[in-house]
Amino acid sequence: MALRRKTARDDWAARYRSGKRAKETATTISGLPVEPLYTPDDLADWSYEEKLGYPGEFPYTRGVYPSMYRGQLWTIRQFAGYGSAEETNRRYKFLLAQGQAGLSVAFDMPTLMGYDSDDHLSEGEVGHCGVAIDSLEDMEMLFRDIRLDQITTSMTINSPAAILYAMYIAVGEREGLKPAQLGGTLQNDILKEYIAQKEYIFPPEPSMRLVVDTIVFAARQMPRWNAVSISGYHIREAGSTATQELAFTLADGMAYVEASIKAGLKVDEFAPRLSFFFDSHMDFFEEIAKFRAARRLWATIMRDKYGARDPKSWMMRFHTQTAGVSLTRQQVENNITRTAYEAMAAVLGGTNSLHTNSMDEVLALPTERAAQIALRTQQVLAHETGVANTIDPLAGSYFIEQLTDEMERGAQRYFDRIDEQGGVLRCIENGFFQREIADAAFEFERKLEANERIIVGVNAYKDGEGGELPTLRIGPETERDQVRRLTALKGRRDNTSVKNRLEALKTAARGSDNLMPPLLDCVKAYATEGEIMAALKEVFGVYREPILF
Amino acid sequence: MTARVLTAKVGLDGHDRGVKVVSRALRDAGVEVIYAGLRQTPEMVVEAAIQEDVDAIGVSLHSGAHMTLIPRILELLKERNATDIVVFGGGIIPQDDARELKAMGVVEIFGPGTSLQSIIDFVNHGFKGPVPGAA
Amino acid sequence: MSLAGALLSGDVRALARAISLAEDRDPQATELVAELQPHTGHAYLVGLTGAPGTGKSTLADALVKVIRDRRQTVGVIAVDPSSPFTGGAVLGDRIRMSRHTLDKGVFIRSMGARGHLGGLAAATREAIHLLDAYGRDVILVETVGVGQSELEISTICDTVLLVLMPESGDAVQSIKAGILEIADVFVINKTDLGGAEKARRLIQDAIALGPKQAWRPPITMASAAKEEGIEQVWDAVLEHQAFLKESGTLAARRRQRLKQEVVALVAERARDEAQRVLDGDTPIGRRLRENQNGKLNPYALAEEVLRQRAPQGGS
Repeated sequence: MALRRKTARDDWAARYRSGKRAKETATTISGLPVEPLYTPDDLADWSYEEKLGYPGEFPYTRGVYPSMYRGQLWTIRQFAGYGSAEETNRRYKFLLAQGQAGLSVAFDMPTLMGYDSDDHLSEGEVGHCGVAIDSLEDMEMLFRDIRLDQITTSMTINSPAAILYAMYIAVGEREGLKPAQLGGTLQNDILKEYIAQKEYIFPPEPSMRLVVDTIVFAARQMPRWNAVSISGYHIREAGSTATQELAFTLADGMAYVEASIKAGLKVDEFAPRLSFFFDSHMDFFEEIAKFRAARRLWATIMRDKYGARDPKSWMMRFHTQTAGVSLTRQQVENNITRTAYEAMAAVLGGTNSLHTNSMDEVLALPTERAAQIALRTQQVLAHETGVANTIDPLAGSYFIEQLTDEMERGAQRYFDRIDEQGGVLRCIENGFFQREIADAAFEFERKLEANERIIVGVNAYKDGEGGELPTLRIGPETERDQVRRLTALKGRRDNTSVKNRLEALKTAARGSDNLMPPLLDCVKAYATEGEIMAALKEVFGVYREPILF
Repeated sequence: MTARVLTAKVGLDGHDRGVKVVSRALRDAGVEVIYAGLRQTPEMVVEAAIQEDVDAIGVSLHSGAHMTLIPRILELLKERNATDIVVFGGGIIPQDDARELKAMGVVEIFGPGTSLQSIIDFVNHGFKGPVPGAA
Repeated sequence: MSLAGALLSGDVRALARAISLAEDRDPQATELVAELQPHTGHAYLVGLTGAPGTGKSTLADALVKVIRDRRQTVGVIAVDPSSPFTGGAVLGDRIRMSRHTLDKGVFIRSMGARGHLGGLAAATREAIHLLDAYGRDVILVETVGVGQSELEISTICDTVLLVLMPESGDAVQSIKAGILEIADVFVINKTDLGGAEKARRLIQDAIALGPKQAWRPPITMASAAKEEGIEQVWDAVLEHQAFLKESGTLAARRRQRLKQEVVALVAERARDEAQRVLDGDTPIGRRLRENQNGKLNPYALAEEVLRQRAPQGGS
């Protein structure tokens, strides 16, 4: 019988096993196993040069810029919008004065779904979860007294994105600015709508055509503009795991790359301006690992799979929003704490811009006070905690590096499954993503019900229900006033011009010309969003979701 | 008697995670759930509920339009002599709106963080509120 | 007004309630159907069957549109499986037909199979009678598509549509033996996926190898999601209908159907009564429960239970 030399690790393991153990096993929120201890043994074949490298250099695991937050802090970009353009304009001015550097526009449901405020289906919805934009007139009001060359603006809109993009450009023109002077981002990620958020209108093919048209237009005319913000946030909020969020988002990104190449662009012409948008959820280390894995994966994909040569094409820049779905209705003040932890994870993960949720967003749109706290959360993080003083501080942690590698492997396995099924569009058609997400969502709920997962105030520590919070109210006069303004606009404008330009748009839509120029013509004539969408629906048709549960 | 419930999202938003999770949970509790889908209008919901002869309608909203759309459902049920069909709701609905809706006749509003068990108990007690732990 | 009267006068709620009574196997339902019997016999019954995932609901939705375009009224019965453990179900067919919800000429009812083993629901036949009495020109019955449902549907419907989709493997291998013969019309759906032509040839060969029938079932190609080929599918159904009428087969089929229905009802009642007798405080029930050594003969017991029925039902 050979004697086995006891290692220090075995020693610890023995003491661990015989000691107190509150937890037999532990997993991340997404179900990845978490060991009680990680040591150099867990990184046996790991190479710093290969896995990490330096910030601002392939594979960008440590960050896309050489100086990261030492050079410039992440952009504080709080999503906002409600009611009328005038009210939102006031909120924007408030936020800019409070130190926010970039604007982020939230649109109301009718605008997101391509309906004007006076449409029967818009009843009860106008101005409720974002700002109502029916025409260029509203857009002009939204940015009144705000110089578009002094800020960058992110617009969260998808199916009608090209229209709002055209309106923004037109507003810039009114200010005497050329398109090339405008900086910002359009979410414009239609694939995730079919997968998760369900704000789809047209079927996938014409929708992809619209997205590619905007990518081409931006590539040629607007070097400061990110035409797509390839999003994982909504996928995560719909209930996916972190690995699924990572995999499905990057798969969507690859679909856009392939579609743009097919449309005749060289990869380096547009890839530098692809941006991403992730969730930051409660499992602190899992999120950090996810962000790092994302950068490494994308860099490798762009260089090795698509042959991109410009390093800017390899760099994954992303915006992060703290997880809305992690906020609770019970003891809402705890949401401030949750948001703070999630924000820290995003920063330790190297995000380029960040939105922190307000505590009352489980109930309604945020009040000014709640929005201010959310903003201050980022400022405290940036200036008081010191986490921004060194780049990628958790690099080299045995746990973090192991988890980063695991996330990468998990994503890769999904890429293989997606390929096997014929790609992203095929998977959308046969409901693969939707089923994975629904299963993950149900599993999460099951764990919560079984108390295998604890959420403070919900299934533990339930005492101490606070008082009721005042919530933001959008009164019915918002809808009434908006409809009145819209009616007045339709009376004032040159309706013949509108009619002609809509016809020209339809003709272009039936062909293969880039739709941005005719869209610009339409918005400048003050055609409404609803009218433009109706014209496009005539040509493109509407989408019906094929598979469900 | 197998309970039958129609679940649906009314209004324009597409956040269906909650309504799908609840529908599955109801199924696991022995209910026949007819999930009517996204972007249903109050008229469509009531017509479907009548054709399916459901015991209850569960609507989910996240777009803030609940004070227009849910009362409209109640109104339509009244017009069709179908007020025996009970209405419950979920999603993003502030507490004072929830109170107002309950005063109008909605049996219960289940806010975010409601346990699935409380929804199942609600069904097993014949769709009667109030439910501890709801909004 | 009585429930029957309300139903006949076109009251949607009355129809819906009546179907519920049938689903609950309420004795009122039997009386109701008997009362409404004289008003039935007008509707044309079309069954949609096929494996899960072939797009039956989407096809049903597209067919409803064609039927409505041709100015006929329609009732749809969509059956989905119930959980054998909880009895619950998510009935997800209606969602595909959402656009017809507000059309008064379309009535859609989702049914859980509720333990019924045929792939239909026990109440499907009653629901059909009720929709017939209500005045629907066409009744579409969509089955679960697993188990023996294909066979059951052929005993209930005038025309059976078998929905298939092109697969990477052999389309015909996946069709169970006996199924090909009940299909009156084949629909190869999801033709946009490619491989449809190959599937068509395989089915054609399989039909050629099968028994000779008077009606040669057409193989139609469709993409329900794109609403392509749907008119042709419905035309094929109408051709079958014409064939049945002209050849006198329709009457024969309906007589057969009536017989099957009687057999099904008798079997259901016999089964229910057997359960009652064996579970109840009856001599046989007690003997069964007190039995310690398994020496009871099930055949003899069954004889006894059947003989019990003769004067009046159970205990």
